[in-house]
Amino acid sequence: MKYIPLSALVGLAITAAYFLMALFAPVISPYGMAEVVGSVWEPSSAEHLLGTDNIGRDLLSRMIYGGRTTIFIATAATILSFTTGAILGFLAAVLGGLWDQVLSRFVDLLMSIPTLIFALVVLSVMPVTIPVLIVVMGLLDSTRVFRLARAVAVDINVMDFVEAAKLRGEGRGWIIFREILPNALSPLVAEMGMRFIFMVLFVSTLSFLGLGVQPPGADWGGIVKENKDGIVYGIGAALYPAVAIATLAISVNLVADWILNRTTSLKGGRGG
Amino acid sequence: MGLVGKLLAQRIALGLLLLFLVSILIFVGTQILPGDVAQSVLGQSATPEALANLRAEMGLDQPAITRYFAWLGGVLTGDLGTALTSGQDIATSIAGRLANTLFLAFWAALISVPLAIFLGLLAVRYRDRWPDKLISAVTLASISIPEFLIGYLLMYFIGVKLGWAPSVATIYDSMSLGEKLQAIALPVAVLTLVVLAHMMRMTRAAILNVMQSAYVETAELKGLSMFKIIWRHAFPNSIAPIVNVVMLNLAYLVVGVVVVEVVFTYPGMGQYLVDHVSKRDVPVVQACGLIFAAVYIGLNMVADIVSILANPRLRHPK
Repeated sequence: MKYIPLSALVGLAITAAYFLMALFAPVISPYGMAEVVGSVWEPSSAEHLLGTDNIGRDLLSRMIYGGRTTIFIATAATILSFTTGAILGFLAAVLGGLWDQVLSRFVDLLMSIPTLIFALVVLSVMPVTIPVLIVVMGLLDSTRVFRLARAVAVDINVMDFVEAAKLRGEGRGWIIFREILPNALSPLVAEMGMRFIFMVLFVSTLSFLGLGVQPPGADWGGIVKENKDGIVYGIGAALYPAVAIATLAISVNLVADWILNRTTSLKGGRGG
Repeated sequence: MGLVGKLLAQRIALGLLLLFLVSILIFVGTQILPGDVAQSVLGQSATPEALANLRAEMGLDQPAITRYFAWLGGVLTGDLGTALTSGQDIATSIAGRLANTLFLAFWAALISVPLAIFLGLLAVRYRDRWPDKLISAVTLASISIPEFLIGYLLMYFIGVKLGWAPSVATIYDSMSLGEKLQAIALPVAVLTLVVLAHMMRMTRAAILNVMQSAYVETAELKGLSMFKIIWRHAFPNSIAPIVNVVMLNLAYLVVGVVVVEVVFTYPGMGQYLVDHVSKRDVPVVQACGLIFAAVYIGLNMVADIVSILANPRLRHPK
């Protein structure tokens, strides 16, 4: 922790700023989320820093509230995906044998369908609400976490200290949470950054397709959908979410890269 | 031939098994709702008699297993059923759209694959110097933006501000190849950008992996030129990983197509699927989902087959 490279610091700062923005959205946004305050697609001005959207709502406020929704859904789905994936992955590694086979083959099967396609298939019969979105996204993505967690845990499971714990009669819960989890944490945390970005992109895509957050709720993908008709007339309102998503994704990436580099030395890699 | 043949047969059988299981999964995925299709077609206010009639008409009064096998039998004989919303035959609607989608994906692949391999080699050649860093930075940026936003960025700056390419990619059967290509210029550019980034990064990693092996070091020590090392030693050994990368990304392309088609209102499978998901037209969604999954599984299977064929240890068994 003694030395944090500049890129990681910048990443941390921007990520933190976005999360603070999400937390305090009602305090910092100048207007209400669904409040019509001007005419259609006004250019940016002192009152409306980013202009107004397709029905005259303040775009900056929409973006702030949209960030709140997007970040909330992505965070919740990431947490769900990590708890499910990591616990099942560790279990598969520790139990081995038939359980491992069944879980791993089922995950292989799920991963043989593109995530977006499977999400679309499921959402075609499910009511599209935020909890449903979080569960669908989180469970579909937990397959990737499962693979990573299992791979890491299989390596750790054969180490001497785990053997020692087994010999002194510790239960499975102890092995998983006190022996394997602390040692598997670093690669998992780095992966968590990547999964979070993927979730942000995923929920934006679903909302853009009209199958995510439903109006009048705002999220970054939805803002693009609402304002996309302006593009043809040269109105760039739909492009602001691009900037937001890209900066968030890149800064999380920078942090994840740094964490990953810090941990490669543990695995005997070349990182410093 | 014996060993290779056996492995190939195994891999193809596995692919078919996977496809069968995926069809079950897709079918089950659309059955988990407490209500059913009849309910969502007629809405909440439907009378029980109307619901029962529609259920009988759609075969929903049969048990799920019977319906699954009826559906599977239909799919195998090319009968995908009829769309609930329009009453049209799904197979006929899909045929034309599938051709359009493949047309789009084909051109995107044709441009992105050679470009990605070239850029990957370039990044390895100038590793850790500015060309490598520049390529890394650009690819990182394009991975961090969702496909549909790259689409709108290009549409805004190239299509509208500069006016170089049409911003809506509607194509008709009567258009000539040249006109079609002009119409799909922007969607192809978006798909290329999206896949290029992934493909290039993975190619770079695959070649770097080979370049760090002992035999490349030996070749370097005995004084071979960089070009000769890459061409004679590194390249043949990276064919399998590179083909794998390419196939994985083509599979990714198939998914990217869904979103890009919606952005550019291109009349392909993706748009068809998304439209009918919002309309909750389950038979169409099942059919499209199965086709997308089949293409995806097929490409992954080809990747495995190529790496089996490219492995010299399997070709010359002891």
